Amino acid sequence: MLRLQTAAELEKLRAGILAGRDPAKPCIAVCGGAACDGLDSAAVGTAFAAEIKKQGLEAKVDFRITGCHGLCNKGPNVIAGPGDVCYLEVKPEDVPEVVASTVKGEVVDRLVYRDPSTGAKAAHMNEIPFYKHQMRILLGDIPRIDPTSIDDYIGVGGYSALAKALTRMTPDQVLEEVKRANLRGRGGGGFPAGLKWETTRNAPEKTKYVIVNGHEGESAAFMDRAMLTGNPHRVIEGLIIGAYAIGAQQGFIYTRHDSPSMARHITKALAQAAECGLLGKNILGTGFDFEVELHFDVGIFVSGESSALMRSIEGNAPEPRPKYIRTSVSGIWDKPSNLNNVETWANVPEIINRGADWYTSIGSEKSKGTKLVSLSGHVVNSGVVEVPMGTPLRTIVFDIGGGVPDGRAPKAIHFGGAMGGSIPIGMIDAPLDFDGMSKLGAPIGAGGLLVMNEDTDMIEMARYLLDFLVKESCGKCTPCREGMWQMLKILTDIVEGRGRKFDLERLADLTEVTSLGSLCALGKTSSDPLKSMLRYFKPEFEARIAAGSPAGSAAAAGREAR
Amino acid sequence: MSEPIVQMVQITLQIDGQETTVPAGTTVLKAAQQLGVSIPTLCHHPKLEDYGGCRLCLVEVESRGRTNYVVSCLYPVENGLVVRTRSEKVDKVRRLIVEELMAHAPDAPELVRLAYEYGADRNRFEKEASFCVMCGLCVRYCDEVKQKRAVGFIENGHVREISFIPEIAAKECWSCQECFALCPTSYAQAAYFLTEALAFPGRRKKKEGAPRRAEEDLMAKIPAVPVTFVKRPPASKTEMAS
Repeated sequence: MLRLQTAAELEKLRAGILAGRDPAKPCIAVCGGAACDGLDSAAVGTAFAAEIKKQGLEAKVDFRITGCHGLCNKGPNVIAGPGDVCYLEVKPEDVPEVVASTVKGEVVDRLVYRDPSTGAKAAHMNEIPFYKHQMRILLGDIPRIDPTSIDDYIGVGGYSALAKALTRMTPDQVLEEVKRANLRGRGGGGFPAGLKWETTRNAPEKTKYVIVNGHEGESAAFMDRAMLTGNPHRVIEGLIIGAYAIGAQQGFIYTRHDSPSMARHITKALAQAAECGLLGKNILGTGFDFEVELHFDVGIFVSGESSALMRSIEGNAPEPRPKYIRTSVSGIWDKPSNLNNVETWANVPEIINRGADWYTSIGSEKSKGTKLVSLSGHVVNSGVVEVPMGTPLRTIVFDIGGGVPDGRAPKAIHFGGAMGGSIPIGMIDAPLDFDGMSKLGAPIGAGGLLVMNEDTDMIEMARYLLDFLVKESCGKCTPCREGMWQMLKILTDIVEGRGRKFDLERLADLTEVTSLGSLCALGKTSSDPLKSMLRYFKPEFEARIAAGSPAGSAAAAGREAR
Repeated sequence: MSEPIVQMVQITLQIDGQETTVPAGTTVLKAAQQLGVSIPTLCHHPKLEDYGGCRLCLVEVESRGRTNYVVSCLYPVENGLVVRTRSEKVDKVRRLIVEELMAHAPDAPELVRLAYEYGADRNRFEKEASFCVMCGLCVRYCDEVKQKRAVGFIENGHVREISFIPEIAAKECWSCQECFALCPTSYAQAAYFLTEALAFPGRRKKKEGAPRRAEEDLMAKIPAVPVTFVKRPPASKTEMAS
């Protein structure tokens, strides 16, 4: 491909791509996302390719393997256009029928969504409850593009925001727009991204870095992977715009080593962007230089913590550093380093294209835009969901998620993975909002939402989450290393019927000291799930302890008397 | 742009009610020590880079009306900072930390002394006597001062431990052994001798004229087999409650 010299050349390229495409042409998109891949969507994809060839329809039907469509537990997902007909649980033997029907503009009735309670069918994406109640600003393009094709991305308007920022806006204007949009960090903290950018921009050092934190390690979180695997160019575009606003010449994408398709897609996207002149020297002839390097983790959870991540990029062990000096002032090699999460960066092109006023029209008072949520647990429809901030949790769990399966009643909602918190189902009308959810004790975190039914043992749940974190602590500081280990031992004792009266007091002390005294965010928030469970489900703990130490047992009495 | 002169900028702060002025960049711990205010530490050593691992030196700081808890060995002084080295919360954190560490090294003299001062119960948590408190003094001293890296951390979280690297230890440790004196629990010494016994025995010479031991003759007959280290079995996987 020719290196694009100006923004006009990009537009010309886009016009050329679009001229070769007919929106009315039948198109089949097979989901290659992680969950569908696990259900062997690759076999379905192969079958489609073979069938299209067999019927000699290569010129008449477009076919592509895309990133995650969203409805993960009904995979393999196939979307047939025009009209976005969603086929669920497609098997290779269904393929000839789908191809034949798509060419004729018909729908294969037996493969479309059926409401589990009423049996009512819904074929089109905008009729299926799971999709109908979403606002898919970030995810919408994923079923429409082949993630390994920059042409596809440019075809859906890709890199137009970059061209706009570089040619028609000053770095200050870009920064101002992001600040005005009140874009808040999607990695967990909800810190205003614009302010963070400004800190790095204003730091005196000339060399500055921008980083994509794609190290999604939280349990029950899989939306960043869907975003980065399904539409890598969008994240890269956001990053370049951010680098321009901040004045960085070097960017890093830090992600997991254990997701081969994600690594492949990012690598390819970076190479394509460089080839087109969207990365490298003199981008679009504007004199702005920017390079991006891809880095992989070493397989531990804490490498997603910002200071540990930066140590890892430097080539050191990913041990967190205390943040008395912020990484936005002194990060990688002590240079100002602005780090944002995948989802945060993915929001940037849209803000530049449509403006801060449009962006702030979506969401709640203090949390703007949409939020990606990984919906899982005891819920009928699980998968990757995008809703406006401020959406009541009820909408996510019941309208989109379809409620709790098997006729069970819901009991609690857990947000934010192993460092989040659980709230009782009575609070289900709470809106999805950074500050509101934090106050309730279930901070959104990165956005993993777990629904739990009435049979869930909350003590076992707290124990399970701690068991995960205990293995992920780096072990440097005492409260995190020892505190979590002791909490886990006490919870295991309670679960196994060896709970003692003073255990709740010990747990209360341990949670307090671990969050007060730990060095990094992992330790500081490691006891949050347990805290929220002690806050809302304490009677369960008390009952279990009372039931677990039989009266008169010599051993139990001996321990009580200690 | 001319660089501002940062050298010798003086910062005035208050520690436990006493006002003090120190150069910018000084840590709160150092400022307190200069004032004669004692803050307990375990992983701090003047010859080593500040580490912030043990968290015993946690203090309460008040800055611009906000109270925060920070570790004094890392926290740089600020103008107008109000530091309280003892408070109910600070004492509680220290007490819990001592209790947590005493599960590993219940008789370590420094911990016993701290337990007395902060009212820590050495039996509060189930014992798992590994004797190491992970202060990292041996690891960091070997790296930063001796630049040998003969001892390092392996594993992470609560299974983290110090480990002498036989190839380096065989060459370097014999003539050094300086880390032994730094260790608050004598575990560094124990770990070294264990490594020596397993990986490079025979270095230790008998006293002149001592009688030849029977096993020496036997050992000579056994062909040398390289020592293999067995990796710890993985912790049991627990399934999520359903």
